[in-house]
Amino acid sequence: MKYLYQFLVILGFSFAGEMIHAVVPLPVPASVYGLVLLFVCLMLGVVKLNQIEEAADFFLQIMPVLFIGASVSLMNIIQDILGSLTAIIIITVISTFVVMGVTGKTAQYIIERKEKGDLMRHGHQ
Amino acid sequence: MLNGSLFFGFFLSLFCYWVAAKIAKRFPYTILNPLLLSAVFIIIILSVLHIDYDTYNEGAQYLSYLLTPATICLAVPMYRQIQVLKKHFIAIFFSMLAGCLACALVILGLSFVFHLDTQIYHALQPKSITTAIAIGVAEEAGANSTITVAAVILTGLIGAIGAKTFCRILKITHPVAVGLACGNAAHAIGTSKALEFGEVEGAMSSLAIVTAGIMTVILVPIFA
Repeated sequence: MKYLYQFLVILGFSFAGEMIHAVVPLPVPASVYGLVLLFVCLMLGVVKLNQIEEAADFFLQIMPVLFIGASVSLMNIIQDILGSLTAIIIITVISTFVVMGVTGKTAQYIIERKEKGDLMRHGHQ
Repeated sequence: MLNGSLFFGFFLSLFCYWVAAKIAKRFPYTILNPLLLSAVFIIIILSVLHIDYDTYNEGAQYLSYLLTPATICLAVPMYRQIQVLKKHFIAIFFSMLAGCLACALVILGLSFVFHLDTQIYHALQPKSITTAIAIGVAEEAGANSTITVAAVILTGLIGAIGAKTFCRILKITHPVAVGLACGNAAHAIGTSKALEFGEVEGAMSSLAIVTAGIMTVILVPIFA
């Protein structure tokens, strides 16, 4: 019954996300509404971790499996994008490393500056 | 014979993933990603046996239905790591924002250079975020979500393969910074790599998946 209940709660948030998606005219997928809603409910204590944790971990573990269908559908369109394939691959490689570099360097810089500041303050005490 | 079978696609998906996971465990090279391997296996099997995609998807679609609840569950690791999130909130927020903006600008610039179709441009925009959200974003923008899935998986593999060397060259050493870089650039596949680096890296990468998803959802219409 524990899993049934946890599954029920998660499906409840999925349904709520779908309803928000249907009502709010923004380009936001139902899953994002549900995710934010669940996070807010966890923060407010409306939903307790033990009400969803095992079922949620199950979903997170099987997540890659859920993408197989979409990946296999590549066989349907590979002909259509063959002309742009080189461009798509080059753009993907470059942008992936740009995002990684910019994100990592910015975080590293801010954290190091903060830790240096903390050290200075402690030094004066 | 297989037409109308509800369990053929479902069974084949799970079976190929199980085999792929076994292979990935036996030969721990990043390129042998279970998702990539299983998709390749299924495509080969369908092609060799002349089974069309729709017959396969008759059963496989039920797996795809579960993407929405699975994505919602990303709120759980995020909530578990709330202390790390609070401590490094400013670093997380600005580095994620800088990364997402850089992503949008680079894709816009390169699409222009390569004279890409608007459709393909829209499909590439959400390529650095987790597939479930990326598909939603691409479909909302009216793009072909299959190209998005291809770009998302390619992004994940490239990010995971290059992460270690790339972070070392750029001297990205702090666990929080490494985790955010992996998650923001290469979503769930990058996160699986980040977990190998360490627990903090893995946790921050999970957070980055969610944050990048939300930021990209907001940024994509602006860069339309």
